[in-house]
Amino acid sequence: MREALDQWTFVYAAYALGVGGTLAMMAWSWLAMKRAEARREKARQR
Amino acid sequence: MHGFANPKRFLALASWLTPLLLVSGLVLTAGALFWGFTQVPPDRLMGETVRILFIHVPTAWLGMGGWTAIAISSLVFLVWRHPLAAIAARGAAVPGLIFTLICLATGSIWGRPTWGTWWVWDGRLTSMLVLAFLYVAYIALAQSAEREGVSARIPAIFGLLGAVNIPIINRSVVWWNSLHQPPSITMGKSAIDGIFLAPLLVAVIGFSLIFGGVVLARMRALLADIQAEARLRRRAMEAD
Repeated sequence: MREALDQWTFVYAAYALGVGGTLAMMAWSWLAMKRAEARREKARQR
Repeated sequence: MHGFANPKRFLALASWLTPLLLVSGLVLTAGALFWGFTQVPPDRLMGETVRILFIHVPTAWLGMGGWTAIAISSLVFLVWRHPLAAIAARGAAVPGLIFTLICLATGSIWGRPTWGTWWVWDGRLTSMLVLAFLYVAYIALAQSAEREGVSARIPAIFGLLGAVNIPIINRSVVWWNSLHQPPSITMGKSAIDGIFLAPLLVAVIGFSLIFGGVVLARMRALLADIQAEARLRRRAMEAD
């Protein structure tokens, strides 16, 4: 018996995961870089 | 090449290259995914799920590419002792792990409607899962080596040894029977129709630019942490 699966559900899930994961990684890395560089500047000025 | 191993020169280059890579990668990836999502027709066998290709394949290649970058940087570090090479290896680890996890998750999502199962313990899927575990082990090893003040040579040796898994992933669908299809794109040849291949290539370029931008951002963060730490330590010694 063939299962009736809505293929679009799987496409949406994969895109949400791929796009969400990539954007989260970009935002996290950018913010971590900015925080670390601000810490370095603070250490320089002390 | 050796000229850029100077942290000052690297920072001057990375300060404008990081946002450029991230923004251009984002634009290309968004365009390719929109193209793949709305303009590409459904595949004769896989139907609408063929659209998962435009995320799954670039992240799979970059998952493997990330470890290749770790191995090459580790080799450069071990041979020429460039500290920036060790930082480059660490910078590639997190994006490599995240792309490997996205590849595994989207592959699993794709497998359910096409193979009838979320997961199968075959050569390709298992070796890709091993790659994810290798990334986790490398990140933990590099962090503990830094925290404990142990030589960066230990994670570098691990990075080189772990590269053994890359050809295994690549050849797994040829060596062993698998539900996973054999390679569709090889050197100069493609079994994929042009209508799917064009957005796929744009997606590969876009995701690669994002990968490069994230590696540079993480390298800048690691360098800034090391420089801040060194300055604070120097100040503390001067105060004593």
